[in-house]
Amino acid sequence: MPNPLLQTDDRGIYCAAGDFHIDPWKPVPRAVVTHAHSDHARPGSQAYLASRTSEPFLRKRLGKSISLQTADFGETVTLNGVRVSLHPAGHIRGSAQVRVEHNGEVWVVTGDYKVRPDPTCTPFELVPCDVLITECTFGLPVYRWPEPEDVAKEINDWWRQNASEGRTSIMFAYALGKAQRVLALLDDSIGPIYTHGAVQQMTQSYREAGVKLPATTYATGKDTSHDYTGGMVIAPTSAGRSNWIRRFSSPSTGFASGWMMLRGTRRRRAGDRGFVLSDHVDWPALMDVIDGTGAERVLLTHGDTAIVTRWLREQGIDARDLETPFARQEEDVAEEA
Amino acid sequence: MERFTQLYAALDETTSTNRKVKAMVNYFDEAPPEDACWSVYFLSGRRPKRLLSSRAMRRWAAAAAELEQIGSDQTAPMPEWMFEACYGEVGDLAETISLVVPTEERGAPRPLHYWVEERLLPMRAMEEDEQQAEMTRIWKQFTQAERFVWTKLTTSALRVGVGKKLLIRALSEFSGIDKSVLSHRLMGPWKPSAEFYEQLLSEDETDAAASQPYPFCLARPLEDDVETLGSPDDWLIEWKADGIRAQLIRRQGEVFIWSRGEEQIGHQYPEVREAVQAYVPDGTVVDGELLAFKNDEVLPFGQMQRRIGRKNVSKQMQREVPVVFVTYDLLEMGGHDVREEPLHERCAMLDRLAEDHFTNEKLRLSPLLDGSWEELQELREESRERKMEGFMLKRRDAPYVGGRKTGIWWKWKVDPYTLDAVMLYAQPGSGRRASLFTDYTFGLWQGDELKPFAKGYFGLTDDEFEEITRWVRRNTVDRFGPVRQVEPELVFEIAFEGVRRNNRKDIGMSVRFPRMARWRRDLSPSDADSVDDLARLLPDLPE
Repeated sequence: MPNPLLQTDDRGIYCAAGDFHIDPWKPVPRAVVTHAHSDHARPGSQAYLASRTSEPFLRKRLGKSISLQTADFGETVTLNGVRVSLHPAGHIRGSAQVRVEHNGEVWVVTGDYKVRPDPTCTPFELVPCDVLITECTFGLPVYRWPEPEDVAKEINDWWRQNASEGRTSIMFAYALGKAQRVLALLDDSIGPIYTHGAVQQMTQSYREAGVKLPATTYATGKDTSHDYTGGMVIAPTSAGRSNWIRRFSSPSTGFASGWMMLRGTRRRRAGDRGFVLSDHVDWPALMDVIDGTGAERVLLTHGDTAIVTRWLREQGIDARDLETPFARQEEDVAEEA
Repeated sequence: MERFTQLYAALDETTSTNRKVKAMVNYFDEAPPEDACWSVYFLSGRRPKRLLSSRAMRRWAAAAAELEQIGSDQTAPMPEWMFEACYGEVGDLAETISLVVPTEERGAPRPLHYWVEERLLPMRAMEEDEQQAEMTRIWKQFTQAERFVWTKLTTSALRVGVGKKLLIRALSEFSGIDKSVLSHRLMGPWKPSAEFYEQLLSEDETDAAASQPYPFCLARPLEDDVETLGSPDDWLIEWKADGIRAQLIRRQGEVFIWSRGEEQIGHQYPEVREAVQAYVPDGTVVDGELLAFKNDEVLPFGQMQRRIGRKNVSKQMQREVPVVFVTYDLLEMGGHDVREEPLHERCAMLDRLAEDHFTNEKLRLSPLLDGSWEELQELREESRERKMEGFMLKRRDAPYVGGRKTGIWWKWKVDPYTLDAVMLYAQPGSGRRASLFTDYTFGLWQGDELKPFAKGYFGLTDDEFEEITRWVRRNTVDRFGPVRQVEPELVFEIAFEGVRRNNRKDIGMSVRFPRMARWRRDLSPSDADSVDDLARLLPDLPE
């Protein structure tokens, strides 16, 4: 039996025929990177291939001087005779699925993805394939996302209520991706919007790429006397434990993540309010995508892979775990979820 | 149901007691009495006697869930293993059900009392398949939030961070009626009805006066060196018994016994009640401890536990576990409130009262101890042999103050027992901790097997719980619903207050108040203690 086109080695998902890795967690000669979150884009590789839209974020995260080749969505790059193309994953700006074709066989690695509309990034594209390697961070039928516009209304109602009580709203969200998605949902007629430094930087890159976002003011480390009452502050969760946060008087805190679906996580993680806003697929979307690709075999990663695998097998699909060292880290309440 | 669901959400989303009270006041402001009485009922932690088994509910929910089938537009019921996997992730049964069962057709909005009186309670009389059909219909017409609250009501207490105390505060703020009156009116058995609710908030307050207890003075644990308290002469020192704190009230010809949890418990201790009735003069209130006491020896708390929570206590039980009241403070004498008097004055009055009236063996005085701190420290070492927990230190010149005021009463307990044990099972906590594994079962060695001996769910930091949660997920060997059996690798030092024989347990013993003293990362499972080590700590029972 020939080697499968993609398999895991000690550094990540490896394509022996094309001699490249996909989202490797250790330095490799050539890395194809799905998106710029730190659990997928690791430093130290000799050469990177990624989508053109992800370039500014990758250079911010991995350094200006990395050797980076970019490709447009849908453009084919041939690596040692293996045809590689990137297709929008809808997770964050620039996020891509990787399609790998060799000897007539097509594999797709989804990376992180979602199918719900998000004005800050290119919508997910369904890519037919023979073998699908998919994430299943939220691979349980309890995860069914509410409509983004309903969540937007909840967030804006909360903000409005806080503003009327003279309180400052602080929304914790991952600095790259989630923060900008939240920004795009905000009704800026309610009050001024402020950002933490980490969020400000990434938001600037989004704007430079032409994404329309409401005006924001950088809540700088130096000016501690500013009155933020009635405003909305977007900050990474790590800022919640810093001195920086103390400048906001009578704050009401919120957290936007798919994990907020569960009351226990909401109560433990969310501060005052949790909003169900995820950049990953929920259960029904995961099933739709698996079905839609027509894949004969499905390999699961990132999530409760054993449960999804068992369910798919009962549905007559050849499914199995993709063993990876990071396969279990998603069980922490990952910030970018 | 909508209004009550909103109240639940408002209570659930904040940890601030002020906000919770405000949410309840707003609710009572709007809710009709027929609904409000049920809210009081549920919020005070009551629930209709178990109507439906949670096992059946799990089966019905799996059947009512609709799971998308790959390659078709059809849905099918959820296999039970998948329901259990969901339950494992969510950690709360009602919430799991609310998430997996879909909303189909919203019925006309109906008030809470309709759902409880017309739909829930009648289910008692139904056959199981009728119950299932009815429950499924109801689930499917609720929103997810309503379904969650409804299922909570039908399966378990609400647990939304509102105790009786907070509820009473809200009712008092809403109605202007004194909290103690409300507290009295919520005691004992009552049926939720509009009439009850109106009486609850009635302005005529004379009903509550006779039985009314005083707020208990509570001790703080002494953590500093005892020398920091100054001279022992400033303190009144007594043994700290391991019994049930209680207030005895003899007023208007009646006797009331109150527990610290503000419950009337007189019916559980008829021999004490009779003695008070016969020997203590009217207009007297004393504070003390109910203790199981036989042949001049204190019985272990395990014996006392046999009498707790019983509706009726048989003569035989009274003979097997006789209970006395050990008095240590006087709060009312001759109908006068004496709490403002300094402690040594109150005790002098109590001595005179006891001399004249406590002539029945059921009524005793707590003996006073003296000596230098050094001598006392030595005596304290005998606590365990004497079945005591340590000492109580009370400031001689202090008045009796309700609540936990620092510097008046100290409890100076002996150190707990500890054993090193291995984690065998883990399950998620509830509420805030529902997605963390916080409830563990620990085992001790018996031969080459680890036998479960105690459960513990507190004593660690949030960070440690999170770290262990990640570990549990990676090291699960088997699952039983939300319970995970884990690799026997982690060792914890378990502290507990006592051990007793218990034939319902595999190892024939159970421990009291176990908790995790610390995570022993330095130990491996083979270093853990054995069942024999535990047996050595058993108290000798008097015949």
